[in-house]
Amino acid sequence: MYKNLRWKLLTITAVFVIFFGVGVYPMLAAKYHWPSPGWLQSKALKLGLDLKGGVQLTLKVNTDDALRATSVATSEQLRDSLKTATIPYGNISVPSPTVFRVEGVPQDREAQFRTSADEIASANYDRNIQTGGNYEFRMKPTVERDLREQTIEQTLQTIDRRVNALGVTEPSISRQQADQILVQMPGVSDVARAKEIMGKTAVLEFKLVEAGPASKEDLLKQYNGNIPGDLEMVPGSGNESAVYYVVKKIAPVNGQDLRVAKPGLDENNQPAVHFELKSQGAQKFGKLSGENIGRYLAIVLDNRIVSAPRLEGRITDQGRISGGFTAESANDLALTLKSGALPASLTYLEEEVVGPTLGADSIRSGVIASVVGLMLILGFMIIYYKLSGVNAIVALIFNLVILLGLMAYLGATMTLPGIAGFVLTMGVGVDSNVLIFERIKEELAAQRGVRASINSGFDRVFLTLLDTHVASLISAMFLFQFGTGPIRGFATTLSVGLFVNLFTSIFVSKTLFELELSKRQTPALSI
Amino acid sequence: MHIFTNPNFDFVRWKWHAIAISWVIILAGVFVIWKNGIPKGVEFSGGTIVLVKFQQVPDLDRIRTVLPGGGSNAIVQTYGDPAANQVSIRLHTTGVEAGQGLGQTADTVVNHLNQAGLGPISGPCTPGKTNCVAGTRIVGPTVGAELQRRGILATMFALAGILVYIALRFRLSFAVGAVVATIHDLLITLAVLAIFKHELSLNVIAALLTLTGYSMNDTIVIFDRIRENMRSMRRDNIASIVNAAVNQMLDRTMITGGLTMLSVIALYFFGGEVLRGFAFTMIVGIITGTYSSVFIAAAIVVIWQGRTPAKVAPAAPVAPTASAKKTGKRARAS
Repeated sequence: MYKNLRWKLLTITAVFVIFFGVGVYPMLAAKYHWPSPGWLQSKALKLGLDLKGGVQLTLKVNTDDALRATSVATSEQLRDSLKTATIPYGNISVPSPTVFRVEGVPQDREAQFRTSADEIASANYDRNIQTGGNYEFRMKPTVERDLREQTIEQTLQTIDRRVNALGVTEPSISRQQADQILVQMPGVSDVARAKEIMGKTAVLEFKLVEAGPASKEDLLKQYNGNIPGDLEMVPGSGNESAVYYVVKKIAPVNGQDLRVAKPGLDENNQPAVHFELKSQGAQKFGKLSGENIGRYLAIVLDNRIVSAPRLEGRITDQGRISGGFTAESANDLALTLKSGALPASLTYLEEEVVGPTLGADSIRSGVIASVVGLMLILGFMIIYYKLSGVNAIVALIFNLVILLGLMAYLGATMTLPGIAGFVLTMGVGVDSNVLIFERIKEELAAQRGVRASINSGFDRVFLTLLDTHVASLISAMFLFQFGTGPIRGFATTLSVGLFVNLFTSIFVSKTLFELELSKRQTPALSI
Repeated sequence: MHIFTNPNFDFVRWKWHAIAISWVIILAGVFVIWKNGIPKGVEFSGGTIVLVKFQQVPDLDRIRTVLPGGGSNAIVQTYGDPAANQVSIRLHTTGVEAGQGLGQTADTVVNHLNQAGLGPISGPCTPGKTNCVAGTRIVGPTVGAELQRRGILATMFALAGILVYIALRFRLSFAVGAVVATIHDLLITLAVLAIFKHELSLNVIAALLTLTGYSMNDTIVIFDRIRENMRSMRRDNIASIVNAAVNQMLDRTMITGGLTMLSVIALYFFGGEVLRGFAFTMIVGIITGTYSSVFIAAAIVVIWQGRTPAKVAPAAPVAPTASAKKTGKRARAS
């Protein structure tokens, strides 16, 4: 019995010391500038954005964009092959992201058309014949699902690279719902620039110029008001946004062929972006520039023409984009190009900026509330349960220290609602002790003797405690499922608190009673 | 020390009165909600909140009038510690939910304040700075609608999960009693929130879900004692068994309720602006949770068990069913 008790006490002390070291000491050390080794500090309890300050953005990935791009690319491929096979057609259009239509295929060429079409589109699209030589191609549902999934994954990675390139410390980028992404950037308060860099699609394409620059009306006149299907009209950018070009729809080289992009200066000492191409891209670029010497090549960024220099000779693996950049915009463009294009545009659904002062206020009021709550409970327990109340207090303090330590160890995040969970854990935590003590009182009143009363008090209440804790855990679990950031912090604190509470109220509290009993011959319980 | 010395109140006798009182409060709440609606926090309704820290707080009405649209739908109030000179400005609109447009309303608010000479407000706050933006929060309509749906779903799943757990651990009548008591608590709390015109925010929903757990706790403790009494008081009727259990647990019920209340009151007064809604909801919920486990949950068990007379020995009905199944199987096999 005694030996057993010594082991229990040793275990409890060890647990306390370890969790105090992990959970509480680093916080105190940070506040009062005590010495604390780096590995310990790195384990310190993480603070949520609402306490630390920073920017939180919820983005929606418009996956339709990627689907539409695929449909357009496939339909253009088909147009090309129809041209090569000299199959006439009326019109090719993309009425919705997952559908493209070919109209007016003559009856005698339909068999040939189907062969061509199936070669290009049958892997990803279902072909439906409509009347009058009209065909509708609909993306297969499995392909659509995969493509959407892929788009979101790719967007996540791209945003991750961009945010890291911004130099944010400890950013968090996570997938939220089906097509939503949550970006948390602690310590950032300039939301505008962050949004600009994150949201830029940065689709870079090199397209041959067919006509322009000129005004929209002049260009239309040149083509008798009807621009051919394989060409498109694209506006210039910056000061030249009223100027339009007609370019080829197909871009032989695009941003995916880029290897390096870095800010620099052009020959007039104006800010520009230098780029280098991957070997495959260099081959394509060499072919494109070699075959078209003397023509103009449009550099198209996000469907606007940045510049359209004349091809003076064969260019292979490097080049320069210049035209109306400031040092910062050249820098940002290089950053976004390097991190890769976004496969789809983004929509901001929610944005929150917590200034550093606001976070500090929250921490202060949270700590005050915790201390006041603790004092009130301690006061009551000592007055009502006397010496046994001290037992409950020790258990409660253990509970809180282990809770903090465990959260730090698990890498959980403390948020403002998490502090509420912490305060609540104190209230609910002493409940276990109250249950046990009330039971012991009952047993004592029934003249069972101190030792027997304590034992049956703990034994009988155990199942009740298990039931109540499981019920609370169930609701905390759904709370975690439901919430984002701060609320998850609350649910985590609450759940961890429940587990710890079972340990302290049963093991710690009981050991303390045993210690009390072991000291005296005929003990009387102060309860 | 005891709060009640050997209490022997006849709680069960008052069950119909209790149920009537609860209905009155719930219906009052329903009436208020029907008449005024529930004010929703920005997370649910969507909208823009700009938190401005002034050097000296201008007249709030003056701020309201210079806001876009004359401030007709705006909520302008001081925020947090009055000494902090912070004003929360909430509009029900956001910029367009497309591309980067969402934040435009927030920028407009700051511009309007500056044009009216209430600033100059420049950029985000850093320690020691005033006339700055301490924080913004912009929620587009999509997120708000989705959150509402998920909040309701989470509460329902939590209730269903606990129902199943209690049905497994106790018996169905107990489970129904506990869940009805919890729904009762949620309704009463919502009613009181509506009557006091408290805003339904994310934190309030968190409090409601916490209450689901808390109210269950309280009920389970009493049910546990009822179950124990069913074994030791076989000759008594269900009403006296339940009464005995509630009376035996009365001290504990009051102490636990009181202690949790103390911690939540500390949150209410010291936890800051953000947690006040949470704390208020918890205060209401703890009161009704304590009341309902005494009056409502136990009453339902009495009413339910009262219909199925006498035999209350637990686990008794399980055995014959199981053996019947077995014999049935054997019969089919042979």
